[in-house]
Amino acid sequence: MANMAQAIRMALHYGEQNLGVTEIFGEDVGPPLGGVFTATQGLEKAWNAPLDERGIIGAALGLAWAGGRPVAEIQFVDYIFNVIDMLKLAANGHWSSGGRYKTPMVVMTPTGSGIHGSMYHSHSFDSIASKLHGMKVVCPSTPIDAYGLMLAAIKSDDPVLFLKPKALLRSKGEELIPGEPADEKLLHEMIDAPLGDRTKWKAKWPKLIDYTVEIGKAKISHPGTDGTIVTHGRMAPVCLEVARRFQKEGKGSLEVIDLRSIIPYDWEAIKASVKKTGRVVFVNEETEITNFAEHLIRRLVDECFYEMKVRPRLLAGKATPGIALSPNLEYFLQPQTKDVERVVAELLADPA
Amino acid sequence: MPTKTPAAKKSAASSADHYKKIGAPKLLKIHELMVRARLLEERLIKMSKGGDGFFWIGGPGEEAFNVPLGLQIKKGHGVNFDFLHLHYRSAAIVMSMGAQPIDALRQMRSVATDPYSKGRNFVNHYAIPELNVVPVSPTIETQYSTAIGTGIAQARAKTDAVTVVNGGDAGTAEGDFHSCLVWANRPALPLPILIVVVNNGWGISTAAKTQHGEHQISDWAKVFPDMPGKTINGNDVVESWLALEEAFAYVRKQRKPYLLEVRASRLYGHSSSSGANRIPEADCIALLEDDLVKRGYLKVDGVKKVWEREAVALDEAHKKVKAEPFPAVKTVWEDVFADGLPPSYPTKGGS
Repeated sequence: MANMAQAIRMALHYGEQNLGVTEIFGEDVGPPLGGVFTATQGLEKAWNAPLDERGIIGAALGLAWAGGRPVAEIQFVDYIFNVIDMLKLAANGHWSSGGRYKTPMVVMTPTGSGIHGSMYHSHSFDSIASKLHGMKVVCPSTPIDAYGLMLAAIKSDDPVLFLKPKALLRSKGEELIPGEPADEKLLHEMIDAPLGDRTKWKAKWPKLIDYTVEIGKAKISHPGTDGTIVTHGRMAPVCLEVARRFQKEGKGSLEVIDLRSIIPYDWEAIKASVKKTGRVVFVNEETEITNFAEHLIRRLVDECFYEMKVRPRLLAGKATPGIALSPNLEYFLQPQTKDVERVVAELLADPA
Repeated sequence: MPTKTPAAKKSAASSADHYKKIGAPKLLKIHELMVRARLLEERLIKMSKGGDGFFWIGGPGEEAFNVPLGLQIKKGHGVNFDFLHLHYRSAAIVMSMGAQPIDALRQMRSVATDPYSKGRNFVNHYAIPELNVVPVSPTIETQYSTAIGTGIAQARAKTDAVTVVNGGDAGTAEGDFHSCLVWANRPALPLPILIVVVNNGWGISTAAKTQHGEHQISDWAKVFPDMPGKTINGNDVVESWLALEEAFAYVRKQRKPYLLEVRASRLYGHSSSSGANRIPEADCIALLEDDLVKRGYLKVDGVKKVWEREAVALDEAHKKVKAEPFPAVKTVWEDVFADGLPPSYPTKGGS
């Protein structure tokens, strides 16, 4: 099975071959490195940009206005804060121009914690991204969704922020990507750049197939009837694991909704599940103050108050200025498996 | 008709006989467009002050450079035509490219017919895809970063079309200006960008000389061996025309950047925020008219007729705009996304 970095790489290859992607760029995106997480190795259209995030997003905007479909990378989402106004320009360009200028561009960036990244390699950006109205924001949790969402992002006429959960970039999925060889060793030999001299290396791409995950559509990764977990990105496989364990141990039937898209979000899927279970917890890595899920909770209170049996809950990151390096501090600051287990147990035990 | 001030001076280029090279028909056309743009800006100011619109920001005083710039653009849509990344002092540029004053009046009044933003943005914030004028933003200097992108697209294409970016002197303190210089001069892919900085000596109320130690803004070109830099008198039509010809020729042929600093007057201050009152600086239109009359290209009476003709056209346009409706509230949900608003998108503004 491909890992998420390989899945993104294959999607970008499909994009440059079939969907009109002519520029894939960012810091260390081109050869020889092919991205700090290897997501752009071997791509024909990948190139290295100056170490200048504002120039990178500005270049993507100009390329999109010139009729291209660029894919730009901010090396870590922690470096994106100095380009928020550029992202706003991307997000509001269609609206502010009265619909005259479309902005088909993808900005991809590794997000979240889980690699002992300390202060500036652990940030989440989901909540701030959700305020860039006019921009679509996606965050996959599996390689197949990463592949399908990237193709959807490339095809979109709107700017799309593609958040790559960095802790999951090496994780493998449970489904083959359309066209992916079943032998993962073979895939490795085909598309992973060798160590050492890469000057003569060229990727041998499998015959990939178009596969799109619709932006705005969540996935029910585990059906259930007793409680709902709404999550995305790095926390999605953790929540899935907990739901499976609870099911197996007879502790409760949990429905896990993997949002996949933050903007637009799949409100119908959330509402339908909560109406069914009457219990809901939102789990994500963002800090708890002005967490994106708080908006969803408010909307549930407005629209599903009488269907909820107990108060809705949020499990999120602690609101400190950053993620600390020491493992015991990092694990305290960010939701871990045991935290999900605890909050879910409380959710199910809460008397109606 | 404008009057000259004691500060008004003619440049060497004006006194040389480049007038003949440019020719009377073109100079008269330039004069007409300068008058059109000036009257438009003055009307926009009046609208702003008279409750017929809100905030005004614009570029009266820059016509001697902006009109020649607009006239030398390779107009059209797509990478085979020039792209323009402008700021809010660019009315004379787009008017010279064929935009109509009535549409600027519409944007000032923020009526439904505003073609540039549907009543959503300040005046002089153009977005004209058929002319490759990308959306003008109120954010300072970001156009120098977006210019990189169209520059890349044109560097890849087999074309003589170029990207033009235009902004002010104060904004050159922003990183975006330096992003543009660095990216345009990358050895891996030099970019065909004409980088224009109009230096009026002010950033709102702050004098440039108190904030900028560089002798000239064009001196930034000195560190890049393949990017010429030049400073010109932007109050002089002829000098502006010739400098633009030289700069465009270099960028179009060499496919490399050119940095052009343009010294110009700021005749009505920064914007509504500074009162938008007339300031006694050199007036480029008066200077041109003086030369045109002296050379016999235009009589004093002919000058007057141009102003009257343009004023009548503007009056008629303004009258028409006043009768046009404001945008319906429901239109705010148009264009949020290119593929429409999802049915469950929150639209109530809370509970």
